[in-house]
Amino acid sequence: MIKIANLSFSYNKETPVLTGIKLEFDRRSTAIIGQNGAGKTTFVKLLKGLLKADEGEILIHDHNVNRKTAAQLARTIGLVFQNPNDQIFKRTVLDEVMFGPLNIKMDKQTAKEKAIEALKMVELDGKLEMNPHDLSLSEKKLLCIASVVAMETDIIIFDEPTIAQDHGGKEKIRQIIQALKDKNKLVMTIIHDMDFVAENFERTIVFTEGKVLLDGDTRYVFSQKELLETACVEAPGITKLAERLGFKDTVITVEEFINLKQTCSPPR
Amino acid sequence: MKRIVVEGLKYKYPLADSLALNDVTFDIKQGEFIGIIGKNLAGKSTLCQALVGLVPHFYKGAYGGKVFVGGLEVKNHSIADISLKVGMVFQNPFTQVTGSKMTVYEEIAFGLENIGVPRSEIIERIDSVLNLLKIEQVKDHNPFDLSGGQMQRMAIASIIAMKPDILVLDEPTSQLDPAGSEEVFQAIQSLSKQGITVILAEHKMEKIAQYCDRVLLLNNGKVVDFDTPGKVFSREDLEEKGVTAPVYTRVCKALGVKKAGTDEYPVTLEEAERVLRGDGA
Repeated sequence: MIKIANLSFSYNKETPVLTGIKLEFDRRSTAIIGQNGAGKTTFVKLLKGLLKADEGEILIHDHNVNRKTAAQLARTIGLVFQNPNDQIFKRTVLDEVMFGPLNIKMDKQTAKEKAIEALKMVELDGKLEMNPHDLSLSEKKLLCIASVVAMETDIIIFDEPTIAQDHGGKEKIRQIIQALKDKNKLVMTIIHDMDFVAENFERTIVFTEGKVLLDGDTRYVFSQKELLETACVEAPGITKLAERLGFKDTVITVEEFINLKQTCSPPR
Repeated sequence: MKRIVVEGLKYKYPLADSLALNDVTFDIKQGEFIGIIGKNLAGKSTLCQALVGLVPHFYKGAYGGKVFVGGLEVKNHSIADISLKVGMVFQNPFTQVTGSKMTVYEEIAFGLENIGVPRSEIIERIDSVLNLLKIEQVKDHNPFDLSGGQMQRMAIASIIAMKPDILVLDEPTSQLDPAGSEEVFQAIQSLSKQGITVILAEHKMEKIAQYCDRVLLLNNGKVVDFDTPGKVFSREDLEEKGVTAPVYTRVCKALGVKKAGTDEYPVTLEEAERVLRGDGA
């Protein structure tokens, strides 16, 4: 779906933010992890066409991103911003979610249907007429997710979706990601919550200092302890516990751990 | 010595139908590191704001009961007076930034200038918090050009620079990567060891378990429990209150292994490792 070759970018000429990125994306759900400042957000802004690459090219569905405007790309690729206040500007929750669909020329009736459908997914359909700025931070984050989901783009990128979410909020996001996967969309997310990565994403890419350090199945990535350390990334808690107890295989979910523990007693 | 005393606090936001805080009572001693947990809308942020006086002075609304912070009764003192005793780091760092300063350095100076700290001391304090939060390299940047993580570090730095006796933090590491959160928690812990009282609302239960002396569990504006992490996270009804215990506790619960000689499950990686190895705890 997306092919990236030799991608480099810097905000000012002295300090490169991304160098020589080469990646391909299929429809596997993908988590992008790495330290603050590793270039994760810059990378997704390039995909979305909000920034232009200094070097290299990005092909989405065989179209070169550099030759498209951000407006044209908006039909294919949606990005949920990290900070909801950067994204929200309408006066009601419903208008906010309809804004995107209307802008990609959906008719008003369809836009409204899509908007309400998306708001149901995040359980904000009871607050259609509220001013978005009166919502709590976690609700604003969910509103922003709904705004992008309603556009029904082929590719959806989340930037730190689980910030400020409690158990219930994370569960909603988990269901949304699953629903998008079921619709055969490419879901990508930047995230620091490793337990959430382990439980929800098939593929994980680790960025460090503007380069791709690791890329592969989530389980494989979390088995690479030394490399993860160089990127200042930690494996999920359960993975660390299993490793300390001397489990041979890399464990990434609580269920796996319990099964392993119950079926065989680990080496002392 | 008690630094915070809350007695029968009830509060309702203007235009709201129900109480955000309902008969909340607890007290906190000097130097304690307290975690506030609960699902969203349980009242965590409202309680934080009640400790610094934004509830009721800024938000107005219906208010009952008593809150004493550092000896001041919140209802009878202005936010300005209270801010000399207690500092608060907002949940969303973007909301905390004044918007009136052009550099990170000036932004951190804002609170200090407002309370009339002498110039030489302002410089000293800013240099020390820039170092503590590791943001020296961005001190001349515009606050709005910072990444989420850097902005959060700046927001924490601005409050620590005020040297409050009591520090209230509302999800202070939400924008930070795991290594960054760990650093910030250690920085906060070192302040706590110097005698500063810390109250921190947080969803990262592994961190709460590791760092907090006691945990206040809120649900629907009421205090459900206020006890050690081991006791609170071992509650059987935790999920009903919308809280997921640390992963280490969940695993041990599922396997039915408690800490030797207690009725509690392990809450940290180290405790879980010891128990699961069978060495006792």
